[in-house]
Amino acid sequence: MPHVVAACSSCRAFTGDVAAFDVEAATVREMIRELDRRYPGFGEHIERRMAIAIDGEIHQDALFAPLPPGSEVVLIPRIGGG
Amino acid sequence: MSDVLERRDAAPLDDGHLKVVGTRPVRPDGADKVTGKAMYGADLAMPGMVVGKILRSPHAHARIVSIDTRKARALPGVKAIVTAADFPDLASEEFEAGESAGNLRDLSQNVMARHVVLYDGHAVAAVAATSSSIADEALALIVVDYEVLPHVTEVEAAMSPDAPVLHAHMFTQGLAVTPDKPSNIAKRNELTRGDLAAAFAEADVTVEGRYTTAAVHQGYIEPHACVASYAADGQCQVWSSSQGQFMIRTYCAKVLNLESSNIRVTPAEIGGGFGGKTTVYLEPVALALSRQCGHPVKMVMTRDEVFRASGPTSAGVMTVKLGAKADGTITAADVVLKFQAGAFEGSPVGAGSMTALACYDIPNFSIVGYDVVTNTPKVAAYRAPGAPISAFAVETAMDELAAKLGMDPLALREKNAVRDGMKASYGPVFKNIGYVETLEAIRSHPHYTAPLGPNQGRGLAVGFWFNIGGESTAAVNINEDGTAVVISGNPDIGGSRASMAMMAAEVLGLPVEKVRPIVADTASIGFSMLTGGSRTTFATGMAVTQASQKIVEDLKRRAAMLMDVSVDQVDWVDGVAVCRDASKGKADLSLAHIAEKSGQTGGPIGAQVSLNAQGAGPGFGVHLCDVEVDPETGHVTVLRYTAAQDVGKAIHPAYVEGQIQGGVAQGVGWALNEEYIFDRTGHMENAGFLDYRVPVASDLPMIDSILVEVANPRHPFGAKGVGEVPIVPPLAAVGNAVSAAIGKRLTDLPMAPPKIRAAIDAG
Repeated sequence: MPHVVAACSSCRAFTGDVAAFDVEAATVREMIRELDRRYPGFGEHIERRMAIAIDGEIHQDALFAPLPPGSEVVLIPRIGGG
Repeated sequence: MSDVLERRDAAPLDDGHLKVVGTRPVRPDGADKVTGKAMYGADLAMPGMVVGKILRSPHAHARIVSIDTRKARALPGVKAIVTAADFPDLASEEFEAGESAGNLRDLSQNVMARHVVLYDGHAVAAVAATSSSIADEALALIVVDYEVLPHVTEVEAAMSPDAPVLHAHMFTQGLAVTPDKPSNIAKRNELTRGDLAAAFAEADVTVEGRYTTAAVHQGYIEPHACVASYAADGQCQVWSSSQGQFMIRTYCAKVLNLESSNIRVTPAEIGGGFGGKTTVYLEPVALALSRQCGHPVKMVMTRDEVFRASGPTSAGVMTVKLGAKADGTITAADVVLKFQAGAFEGSPVGAGSMTALACYDIPNFSIVGYDVVTNTPKVAAYRAPGAPISAFAVETAMDELAAKLGMDPLALREKNAVRDGMKASYGPVFKNIGYVETLEAIRSHPHYTAPLGPNQGRGLAVGFWFNIGGESTAAVNINEDGTAVVISGNPDIGGSRASMAMMAAEVLGLPVEKVRPIVADTASIGFSMLTGGSRTTFATGMAVTQASQKIVEDLKRRAAMLMDVSVDQVDWVDGVAVCRDASKGKADLSLAHIAEKSGQTGGPIGAQVSLNAQGAGPGFGVHLCDVEVDPETGHVTVLRYTAAQDVGKAIHPAYVEGQIQGGVAQGVGWALNEEYIFDRTGHMENAGFLDYRVPVASDLPMIDSILVEVANPRHPFGAKGVGEVPIVPPLAAVGNAVSAAIGKRLTDLPMAPPKIRAAIDAG
């Protein structure tokens, strides 16, 4: 089961003081759906505002990226650049 | 001078025998640029074209009571006049375009002010006329009645409860309790780890300081420029200088409520962007003018307009407190970042927060960031947005900590350096990073132990940037003579055409001179995110490589047909199809031969790949700077500069060195001279290169670059983004050197002569 960590404060508007979650999910989309079920509105926030690091590798707009069992998933603000 | 230090990790296509990647061929855009033939944004001329110009606010903050254009419209030669009334009044809406989300209302109202002007230079109206002089005359005939409002340009002043509020709808996000009053603080963000108070209580040594940086402009030499044509059937064409033709298309469609299919954007050659050309200022205005008059409209900003109305990056006010054990182990860090966003929210304080401590393994920290609106131009991205600002504060504090510990500044960085497997301050675990190797590269460089003379000082600083991937499309077509064309959708701001051609040539087995790279318009290639975030060589390079691999498979299939053997009997070796079974006596087939016969084997040879590249590897830089300060004048001479960087694999090392040298040059300017200066009315006083001083060649020494190659295994050749890391460390590297030279700690940028003289005089 992937372990999800919300590293930034913007997530707390949805999750309160909870910053880590164990989520039964095989893909990023399944993870987002489950988190949205637990915290309504959080899913859209993740999709629009967050990048997702899966075992240290940052993904953006990767709804169907697989989440290996036991993987660490970190939600971080989307990254742009110059 | 440049060194390449290599630690080989697994990159899928790097077998240690690359023939093109890693070499230094002549750049494909070089001849046109040095002979003046390159077509920049202002170079296009069309039949019937008219000149567009913008009337800009003389006030930093004012309500627009009325705009009377009647006299201007009556002027002979005037073809069109637009104001906000000619643009859709868009609601606040987040939308995706390019790299990240933006707000449609803010974007539109930055392009053309509606009801209120929010900074000196804010666009109020625009004119199209048959000549530049008539356009100027028409602008002077437009009567705008303003009700001047109180303004605020400084970050901390804007955060004050009694500051003039720019946006009545803005309530600070990110607070535990939603405020009931509007504020100029758009957002508060926070990153925390561990028990900060306990860690500081147990620290043997602490340092604490307040640091400031000024707003600085990206300083691209080419001003914003475009030509736009709105045809009677609604078909629009835009030619413009930007970092993303698809970004221009999307923004124009959004701001003018048009369909993307009706807009074709052709990228011009770009004369510098550095992040500042990742948004629109002129293009929607030119289209609106063209729609009204039916003529193509050319618009070119003056340098004054570039400074006053296109994005600089944030001014910043930071505090940093560090706690450490006596052996140099840093146990606590408390960082507060206040970044100026300009007229609309969206400073890079989020990235500044995430990068502030990214080079260090610190168990207890708090990083709080504030995004603050002010009556100044809306900031735009500038190389590694936010990171240089927070790095200046943290790296200056690190220098102070090293001094207080009596420790070598490099040793302090080494002791606390992040490594593979450690958790970054912003959350994820690091993989395939080359930070320690980059520190080692500086330690072993002769510069590190070179003696210094009187009034000279040495400064060290480090920096980090994420780098990104994202959506890219690339096509590779084989010509009938066996040469190739590589087509991408990314404007070339840092050598991407060369690197695309090189990666294609490597896979195809062609000399790079046989591969022509071009950047196509939005109707001629699939979508690509803009060129930014140090993504193009990584992401678009991945698409080019995969397209080339597809072609190789196709070439092998066609060769098998021509040889009368099965495809599994054919190898592709250095651009030639070879039959594995020598006993069959099949002659090798060159790419040119197969191309010549393509009509007989299935038609033209080409492939296109669209992808969303993931797995971009972060980069680290370590910079060492020597300066000499004239104690009489306070003038700083940069004597020597060495920059080491973890670059993954340098596809074209000369371009990578150029990126590093360019980043250092810009950082030196940021550290020593550059700043937006506003008078009491909020008017920018130095909107020109005469008074806004960027470094020129004679201000700089040769900048030595050290390329540390720790491959990113997610890129076919191991590449990481390289364009942004180099501007992160220089502010503090220069600042620490100046402080060392005068024996006084300076904490405010720019470190211009008056500040240095004042510090010396203070005794």
